[in-house]
Amino acid sequence: MKKFDKERVLLALAGPAIALVVAVALTSIVLLISGKSPFEPYSIMFEQATFSDIQVLIVNQATMYYLAAVAVAVGFRMNLFNIGVDGQYRLAAMTTALVGAHVALPSFLQVPMLILVAMLTGAFWAGIAGILKTTRGVSEVVSTIMLNAIATSLIAWLTQAENFGVLSGNNTTTGLMSESGWIPGIELAGGKIYGLIVLAVIVGVAYWLVLGRTRFGFDLRATGASESAAAASGVNAKRMVLTAMLISGALAGIAGLPLLLGHSHTYDLTFPAGLGFTAIGIALLGRNHPVGIVFASLLWAWLDKASQELDYHGYDKEIAVIMQGLIVLAVVISYEAVRVWGLKRQQQRVGEELAAAARKSKNSEEVAAR
Amino acid sequence: MAVAVSALALAASACGKTSTESNTPEETKGGDKGGSSSYKGKGIGLAYDIGGQGDQSFNDAAYAGYEKAKAEFKIGGVDVEPSDGESDADKVQRLTALAKQGYNPVIGVGFVYAKAVGEVSKKFPKTTFAVIDDTTVKEPNVAGLAFSEEQGSYLAGVAAAKATKTKTVGFIGGVEIPLIKKFEAGFVQGVQDTDKSVKVKTQYLTQPPNFDGFSKPDLGREAAKGQLDAGADVIYHAAGLAGQGSIEAVAAEKKWAIGVDSDQYNQKALDKYKAYILTSMTKDVGGAVYSLTKSVIEGKPLSGEQRFDLKAGGVGLSDSNPAFKEMTDVVDAVAKAKKAIEDGTITVKSTP
Repeated sequence: MKKFDKERVLLALAGPAIALVVAVALTSIVLLISGKSPFEPYSIMFEQATFSDIQVLIVNQATMYYLAAVAVAVGFRMNLFNIGVDGQYRLAAMTTALVGAHVALPSFLQVPMLILVAMLTGAFWAGIAGILKTTRGVSEVVSTIMLNAIATSLIAWLTQAENFGVLSGNNTTTGLMSESGWIPGIELAGGKIYGLIVLAVIVGVAYWLVLGRTRFGFDLRATGASESAAAASGVNAKRMVLTAMLISGALAGIAGLPLLLGHSHTYDLTFPAGLGFTAIGIALLGRNHPVGIVFASLLWAWLDKASQELDYHGYDKEIAVIMQGLIVLAVVISYEAVRVWGLKRQQQRVGEELAAAARKSKNSEEVAAR
Repeated sequence: MAVAVSALALAASACGKTSTESNTPEETKGGDKGGSSSYKGKGIGLAYDIGGQGDQSFNDAAYAGYEKAKAEFKIGGVDVEPSDGESDADKVQRLTALAKQGYNPVIGVGFVYAKAVGEVSKKFPKTTFAVIDDTTVKEPNVAGLAFSEEQGSYLAGVAAAKATKTKTVGFIGGVEIPLIKKFEAGFVQGVQDTDKSVKVKTQYLTQPPNFDGFSKPDLGREAAKGQLDAGADVIYHAAGLAGQGSIEAVAAEKKWAIGVDSDQYNQKALDKYKAYILTSMTKDVGGAVYSLTKSVIEGKPLSGEQRFDLKAGGVGLSDSNPAFKEMTDVVDAVAKAKKAIEDGTITVKSTP
């Protein structure tokens, strides 16, 4: 059993490692073709990672990436492709900001209430896709993409000045949230780490525990691996689909909270969009694993934040975007390659063991016959 | 757990220096570039809005002013672009980096920089900051460079109402945000004050946070086609780069387009269609960048709300198309409206 695990860890690491090497190599080729140094951008970016203020930016961004990527990963584990994480995240952030601006409870009630609002909003929005899938067989890929667009319009409408919006110059905001809902950051030399990094830690641990150590997690993975096999062993597949969508949506809902409660305290036109799409790549790179996603989030955030400096050195910071794109492509290919290779190795080994066993029994038969 | 460990590991090593400490520059270094003896900065720090340089519109207008000021005052400068999906923390980082390196003034192009400028300006009281399209930041060293887009758009509305033969005109807004609604409000009022029987078709290309409506010409083209099909024969766009698609579609039907921000009749990228660009509502972002820089060089930095309205020449209606100048009734009506706005007989609404 233990020996088998070692093999699996090796295979699990080989995928992302190959992808990274390929992505770096291809990016260097792009740099060479455009007549630039293929090494200097990396050294600039590595140097950036040693600065305390950039580290704070990286950790803060990674916190949000992590939450959103776990939301995506929960779906992936169930063979569900929740492309709607972005819409769920934005709608939940906007709703939470609105509630936070209009309700002022004491902090110990306000913060849990806001987190609950965010989770419920996200779950509700993802749940629509879940119900459509379980009752009508609508593909969640299609419905969540459409729900993203609907979320955009809904947010635009709700944040209009004549509805709940508050204008601040040319910016549309949801008004400033009550201070009891603000979460202080962890003060460091380079800036403030979002206090809700704690939330990311809790989600990571819970994801790992539930998935690996509970019956529900087993049912989830089993249904994801083979719906019919899971049904045969008594799992209600439809209920699993709906539950997985609800959990995925709830997690997507809290992805924006570190920024909302920790820094911006309002939902406005500058609130970052696209988090949910980035998270898909991160979940892929992290192999849907609670620890893998940590590294994937940090890597992504590092590429985002460290690349800004390239603009001051005559390079285009879009190098990092090229690299992110190549990583996603390479990851998909290398995972498949590694999977096929692993399968082959496994078959060979099983074959060898069988052959050895056959030889052994033949020998003993011969011995017995003698 | 793992998150905590790695996050804390990173954080623990975070006692090192910050990125801006390592390349702090020094006012002396900037001094040799400065043309003026009293000016000690390193030049202009220009931070673009999404879209960046090359949008043929808003950011490019700022860039033009930046280049002009750089050449005239013989100072340096750096212009930097944002990334997709960044938050205020990234903008704060960008502006801090510019100010720390000794750039002065530091200009945020677009209201999205308002909050970040508010934060950073407190840390650098000796640096002049500016935000374009925003007047909400109240710090002594911050200038809010705001434009009265509704006034220029009103004139565009007057011209459209006078030039239309089908009694139908169109307005295409890039993204439905309050700033673009100012364009719509002015335009619609201008049309209606001129001729009540003229109908205005209004369309926005995208809703925030989807800002494709400022950058994708195919969206502008489709919207313009729709309005042309509905009978519009003069179409005003406030859609940045996406508006190029509108102009293209309008020119294909040999109808009138009204440009925005820059005098689009004179833009090289639009040379093929210029005969159909009746006029443009100009918004002198470059001029604002230039005046601000000038004030800093002269040691009397602008501060507080700086309003660039019709009277000040901050907005206006261009007349570079000879065909426009020949339409004397249109030109006269525009001139009359301009005078009325300037002396206050007409007040233009800034919300539709």
